[in-house]
Amino acid sequence: MPGLEPLLAEYLPILMFLGIATGMAAMAVIASQLIGRQKPDPEKNSAYECGFEPFDDARGKFDVRFYLVAILFIIFDLEVAFLFPWAVSLGGIGLLGFWSMVIFLGVLTVGFIYEWNKGALEWE
Amino acid sequence: MIISALAFYVFAAITILSGLMVVTARNPVHSVLWLILAFFNSAGLFVLMGAEFLAMVLVVVYVGAVAVLFLFVVMMLDVNFQNLRKGATNYAMIGGIIGVILLLELIFLLGSAAVLPEAGTGAQPIPKFDVMTNTHAIGHVLYTDYFYLFQVAGMVLLVAMVGAIVLTLRQREGVRKQSIAQQLDRRPEDTLEVVKVQPGQGA
Repeated sequence: MPGLEPLLAEYLPILMFLGIATGMAAMAVIASQLIGRQKPDPEKNSAYECGFEPFDDARGKFDVRFYLVAILFIIFDLEVAFLFPWAVSLGGIGLLGFWSMVIFLGVLTVGFIYEWNKGALEWE
Repeated sequence: MIISALAFYVFAAITILSGLMVVTARNPVHSVLWLILAFFNSAGLFVLMGAEFLAMVLVVVYVGAVAVLFLFVVMMLDVNFQNLRKGATNYAMIGGIIGVILLLELIFLLGSAAVLPEAGTGAQPIPKFDVMTNTHAIGHVLYTDYFYLFQVAGMVLLVAMVGAIVLTLRQREGVRKQSIAQQLDRRPEDTLEVVKVQPGQGA
């Protein structure tokens, strides 16, 4: 595809950045493996907890309301994601395109008012 | 261009490898982290195809939100994952069948594209990149030609929002909330009383 090349050329710095970042990270790990003195023993390798034996799994149950916050975040995240192509092409899609987005936003605003009234946005 | 070919193979290889690690990693939290790596590399593949918008949505929505949700679920489930793994062979049969069906579908898809090249182009061919960018192309059809589907997407999001609230919202009893309006309404006259105490009369 001939039209593709300028687009990729714009991304070349990001690609180089990715390569350098990966290289630096790998270098730090490998160099510390090679240069540092390695004298492992079970106590050194165990997870560090201040002053006592590590006794528990790091995973624990936590409050379900974190989950609710994350779900509400995803929904508005998607709403905003829909806004970007709309904003870019608003000049070409006319009144129908404009009002289609307004209806979409209106529907989600109904949900927003619902969750506000329910108190889902408040922590406690 | 050799760099794009090289980038494609690197991204594709890392995607497949991290996909394998998602399935085989012993710790489910590690699985989710591998899944995030797979998402990032798929975003790289999207960029190589010129689908910038999809790549960014993949990073923002999948990495930023869905992967976090997966982590929440994995952390919240109080399940012993070693015990869970023992029963996995029971599901190997049905999992294998689903895998074979998906593989066959992919083969059919690629086969039909090879036999009939014009079959898969669809009603809205993607414009060339020197004409308009991918984001423009999506914006030009999504809100007008696909008006109905777009509104249905809004409804689905609304239902998801209401459903999440109905399922998980619990008001705890006896919680004292801060009400800023109430705090601002409070006047010194309501709460303070100035008492003149004569010398020698104080208790």
